[in-house]
Amino acid sequence: MTMSINIAINGQKLTVPEGTTILEAAKQIGIEIPTLCHLKDTNEIGVCRVCVVEVKGARNLVPSCITKVTEGMEITTNSPKARKAREMVMNLILATHPKDCLTCDRNGDCELRTLADKMGIRKIDFGAPVKDLPLDDSNPSIIRDSSKCILCRRCVSVCNEVQKVSAIGLINRGIGTTVGTAFDRGLADSPCVFCGQCVSVCPTGALTERFNLREVWQALNDPDKHVVIQTAPAIRVSLGEELGEEPGTIVTGKMVGALRKVGFDKVFDTDFTADLTIMEEGHEFLQRLTEKGKLPLITSCSPGWVKYVETFYPEFLDNVSSCKSPQQMFGAIIKTYYAEKYKIDPAKIYTVSAMPCTAKKFEANRPEMNSSGYRDVDAVLTTRELGLLIKEAGVDWASVEDSQFDQPFGEGTGAGIIFGSSGGVMEAALRTLSEVVTGKELKNLDFKGVRGLEGIKEAEVTLNGQTLRVAVANGLANAKKVLDGLKNKELDYHFVEIMACPGGCIGGGGQPRPSTPDTKQKRMEATYRADKGLPRRKSHENPAVQEIYKEFLKKPLGEKSHHLLHTSYTPRNK
Amino acid sequence: MGNCCCGGNCQDARLKEILEQYKGMDGVLIPVLQKAQELQGYLPEKTLRTIADYFDMPYSEVYGVATFYAQFRLIPSGQNVIKVCTGTACHVRGGQKILDRVCSELNIKPGETSADGKFSLEPVACLGACGLAPVMMINDSTFGRLTPAKVSEILAKY
Ligand code: SF4
Ligand code: SF4
Ligand code: SF4
Ligand code: FES
Repeated sequence: MTMSINIAINGQKLTVPEGTTILEAAKQIGIEIPTLCHLKDTNEIGVCRVCVVEVKGARNLVPSCITKVTEGMEITTNSPKARKAREMVMNLILATHPKDCLTCDRNGDCELRTLADKMGIRKIDFGAPVKDLPLDDSNPSIIRDSSKCILCRRCVSVCNEVQKVSAIGLINRGIGTTVGTAFDRGLADSPCVFCGQCVSVCPTGALTERFNLREVWQALNDPDKHVVIQTAPAIRVSLGEELGEEPGTIVTGKMVGALRKVGFDKVFDTDFTADLTIMEEGHEFLQRLTEKGKLPLITSCSPGWVKYVETFYPEFLDNVSSCKSPQQMFGAIIKTYYAEKYKIDPAKIYTVSAMPCTAKKFEANRPEMNSSGYRDVDAVLTTRELGLLIKEAGVDWASVEDSQFDQPFGEGTGAGIIFGSSGGVMEAALRTLSEVVTGKELKNLDFKGVRGLEGIKEAEVTLNGQTLRVAVANGLANAKKVLDGLKNKELDYHFVEIMACPGGCIGGGGQPRPSTPDTKQKRMEATYRADKGLPRRKSHENPAVQEIYKEFLKKPLGEKSHHLLHTSYTPRNK
Repeated sequence: MGNCCCGGNCQDARLKEILEQYKGMDGVLIPVLQKAQELQGYLPEKTLRTIADYFDMPYSEVYGVATFYAQFRLIPSGQNVIKVCTGTACHVRGGQKILDRVCSELNIKPGETSADGKFSLEPVACLGACGLAPVMMINDSTFGRLTPAKVSEILAKY
């Protein structure tokens, strides 16, 4: 049983459960204490000291974010001493911080800037040289600008604990301390999987995606180019946040309308290739099952996960589905099937994809992703960049009217949409597998056991008398647990879905900030709402998918599929 | 390490011995780094990777520790070690200009070794010779009341 603790904050008495921090207790009575380094459950290290408060009887000020309340504690959050100390901390941080707010990526949503404002800092009391450190732009996904880093270490904790990649850490000492990779040669030369979880939690402009907006504008302005965009399932439930909507708002129609106004020649739905993935991967699974191939089959849609397994668990590469991700399938199909069907020179097609993900930029750049004879995907934009594109184009979001995706790839099923949430690929696969294997119509389409934000989910499904054990993991620390369990034979599954980001794509590294558990929950619920609202909820019922098999691919796992929709993996150095 | 052919006396084999002494123990990174540095005079990247792999630690963590403590060197020392004082007294009397001159003369930054391997440069807080400020040391010799021009003259003699 948890004990109740009686305390007083700024003279107001209250009772809170044992284990509550001063920060949390204060919040309960409507007092906000500034924080910077603190990130609940992930970075609780109390290093920045911007949250200090005065506790009666304590010799020093205490950091409220990590100090638990004790019986009879009397706390003053706004004593002159506490305020002065907090201002001093902010002053020290701001003194060496570049004053680039006007042109900074975080102009609109910087936690540091907001805090400086809320604390009423209008003048910096110290003169100190502004940090001027080299930019790490070594890779296609993420840019690290250490000059804007305030050493809060959120990124380090996320990378170490949530993702178990440990690509970055604190390096050097004293005033030379920075966050960097081993041997300080940049993320490209590190085990970084480009998941962008660090970007998602950074309070400042020190971490951003590598912007590809300029290239996209160039293509849009080129009259010779046929510019198409595909939008990922998870974008329709999160893009709204960039444009002032509440988390969890489904904006599919408006998004399509806005992108048309921006000037894309075609607006397509990645759902189509999500459905195609289910066809290919489902058959790959059945083939492995009946021909005693390597099991469990592990999904391959998440490029961060793919790089992780290539780097840390190459012994599992044969378990990973050879299916390309929906993004890459789309690119390959656009520049072959679509180009042929509509008699467009593939050299003139420019494919953009809008993704919740920073690793997708890396994936599109992988050298082997050119099976159409061209770069299959030319540019990848994150959800954040897509929001910016719409704003830059001067499109007034409020007045945009709903529009429909273009054919032939505008047709998606509910199965495709739930790809955006952890468990969605598994559920989509099970819907199709059930009908393909049993030949009977599936009555209850909801496989609830694989849904939710929980890190590892397991379920059993019986198909034609055979029991299949499946598992779903999201976040790479959870993926690691599953792989270690499989390795030492404590776990045994037939089919495993793994997504690099906590919660799946709805929590992707390219999603609107902040991406809290609460916003993720709302986005996740929205994907299932969108699924429920569609007439077709099984991938194999997608008419466009049926058509492409009839006209072009012939059959799942056929020769064309093999060439365009499947890939292979490379072990990598740590 | 597998293709070692020196009968167990080469540095790889000796590094392995060091690692084995600490096998399965926790919190031993610092002593291991110290011993490895004694062995090689510095901690080359390969050694850091070997140590990390052996203890199943991320490279970033081992590198972080190795760059946190001033006692660890990640590059070999030059034949001559230059220490330029950056203490208060020297600072007031133009210590920074001395440091800058050494850097530009040798084309290195503090903590680095010149391309020809002749000099390495270490900034130090105070050499205890404030009366002679600004001061630098090369190996065991102390040079005081320096000017940037004198620095160039002195370096030319080595
Ligand atoms: S990180 Fe924040 S405070 Fe720093 S320049 Fe960017 S907007 Fe301004
Ligand atoms: S890069 Fe961002 S998250 Fe990481 S320590 Fe710096 S400010 Fe914090
Ligand atoms: S992108 Fe992911 S793997 Fe790379 S540093 Fe950030 S959190 Fe770590
Ligand atoms: S927020 Fe409490 S110490 Fe940083």
